[in-house]
Amino acid sequence: MALGDSLAVANATKYYKKFKAVDNISLTVNKGEFLTILGPSGSGKTSLLKLIAGFEELSDGSILLNNLDITKKKPFEREIGMLFQNYALFPHMTVSDNVAYPLRLRKLSKEDIKQKVRDILKLVHLEDYADRFPEQLSGGQQQRVALARAIVFNPPLLLLDEPLGALDKNLRKQMQLEIMKIQEKVGITTISVTHDQEEALSMSDRICVMNNGKIEQVDSPENLYKHPKNRFVAEFIGEINLIQGDVVDVVDQSAKVKVKDDLIIEVETEKSHSTMKNRPMLIAIRPENIQIAQDASQFHNTLRAEVQNTIYVGESVVLNTKALTGEEITVKIPTYMSDSISNGQEVLLGWNRKDATLILDETPA
Amino acid sequence: MIEAKKELRIPAERVSFSQRLSRMNGLKWLLLFVPLGYIMILMFFSMFDFFKMSIFNDDGFTLEYLAHIFTTDIYLKVLWLTLKIAFLVTLFSLLFAYPVAYMLVRTESGLWKKIILAAVLIPFWISLLVRTYAWTILLQKNGAINKLLMELGIIAEPLNLLYNSTGVIIGMTHILLPYMVLSLYSVMEGIDQRLLQAAEGMGARPWKAFMQIFFPLSLPGVLAGSLLVFVMGLGYYITPALLGGADTPMIAMLIESNINTTLNWHLASALALVLFVATLLLLFLAFLVSRGNPVLKELD
Repeated sequence: MALGDSLAVANATKYYKKFKAVDNISLTVNKGEFLTILGPSGSGKTSLLKLIAGFEELSDGSILLNNLDITKKKPFEREIGMLFQNYALFPHMTVSDNVAYPLRLRKLSKEDIKQKVRDILKLVHLEDYADRFPEQLSGGQQQRVALARAIVFNPPLLLLDEPLGALDKNLRKQMQLEIMKIQEKVGITTISVTHDQEEALSMSDRICVMNNGKIEQVDSPENLYKHPKNRFVAEFIGEINLIQGDVVDVVDQSAKVKVKDDLIIEVETEKSHSTMKNRPMLIAIRPENIQIAQDASQFHNTLRAEVQNTIYVGESVVLNTKALTGEEITVKIPTYMSDSISNGQEVLLGWNRKDATLILDETPA
Repeated sequence: MIEAKKELRIPAERVSFSQRLSRMNGLKWLLLFVPLGYIMILMFFSMFDFFKMSIFNDDGFTLEYLAHIFTTDIYLKVLWLTLKIAFLVTLFSLLFAYPVAYMLVRTESGLWKKIILAAVLIPFWISLLVRTYAWTILLQKNGAINKLLMELGIIAEPLNLLYNSTGVIIGMTHILLPYMVLSLYSVMEGIDQRLLQAAEGMGARPWKAFMQIFFPLSLPGVLAGSLLVFVMGLGYYITPALLGGADTPMIAMLIESNINTTLNWHLASALALVLFVATLLLLFLAFLVSRGNPVLKELD
């Protein structure tokens, strides 16, 4: 493990009876990094978080925090801050007593505690609410108290369990920004668990996508979105069109993919021909990367398709189209460009080599 | 999800009682008034009619019966003994019930939960008389308990466990225990277990987390259960009569003997009134204690 690593999970496995909830996971989180564990329910993401917090014991593997083995340590020995999904504020204590709780456990002096509580409440903009009880606060305020309480004792690691799950949509955006600001200001290494891909994409430095107890891909939000490693990641994050085909040739990082006899699509790739030859490959194109072309020379790839229906979603319009060669392709275009398009119309879809990516289809249909 | 709802909560529209009544269409009001009338006529009227006897006799208004109670040594002693026994029964029920209720909410095994609940509830369903007579057998000089203690060499002579306050306290604690367990359990069940996890995550050892988080939050159950057991204990009749006998007269036994033996209904009524007022005072005291406490006030 390199110096500066904050958290390292090595070969972590967790069985619940015979069910393997976490399957041989290795993951490092760098100092000051915001990493999100993203996955559908039952993917093992919450189990992994509980293992890191110490609320569950590993069946196998180890966890190191700042080069210290904490695998066998009890939760109260781990010095990890955690923000619970339902905030877990103590209802019988005021805001300031809640925040002071971890400090009192550490037997700090009264003045120190007072000062730290005041500072942290200022950071979360709740200095006027110190004497209120949790039930007198709104959901957003409760969450900020919980966040303050989780970081007030300067833990090296902060865990967020579905941090925005309990808030309504407008508040969610606001709290998202707030958490990011505070995390950056304090510089605390943070691991967040969520099933909300939008939240993951906008908050994290890196995202770890989990499924069936295994890691599917760990990457920056941009790479994850642009270059999903496999079908699961591609379909789990955002909308995507997947077209099966065979890679015929790769020239100058441009793959020629034969979809049908009369349909060859060019895709930019860094892989060599030999790694993709004779393997089921998927061309993955985001709906917003496909445009309506005037003529075939505008783009590397064009495809004639018939618009089957249009869905208005505000700033954009989603077109469900069917190519003349049979593929069903979803296109998302800005609303201002959609005026002339109606159902049943034939359009020319176009995209460039770099707008698509190739992924290996491990589960051939 | 609950938190999200709170965010949107709109203050409930204030509706007066009469408005509410007028909104009930059809015969819905019967649902309210038939049981209410039943309770009023059969319980309160007869009770207040009986209480009237404590301050009225053939010559009109009088305080002589109440004065008699508060100036006669024996009555004051009975009152004091009644309070003492009810208090001790409450205390012991609490001591025994708390760990049981705690086990009930903390155990993750559904089977254990069922076994514990059954152990609490099955005696609850058995007739009070049967259970009380069972104790007279167990507590006798040569009963099972004395024999066991002598067998184990803990005592040389059999203890006097029956026909004194010890027997009464043992019997009443046993009989009133389920009320305490269930009161505690209903409150503990509502305590979010994640609060304990949160406390431990912040560095609290399990014992500290229990003392600082779980116990304070369980106080409404402690208060509710204690009140219930204490109030029921104050008016207990069969168990003290059978297990205590003449040596431990409690107030309910005194009322009974005034009605059935000495036929002094006025004095019986005065004693009942004292018991009634004492109970009301106690409930009021509990209300005062719980008011202003953020956890306890949910009881109101």
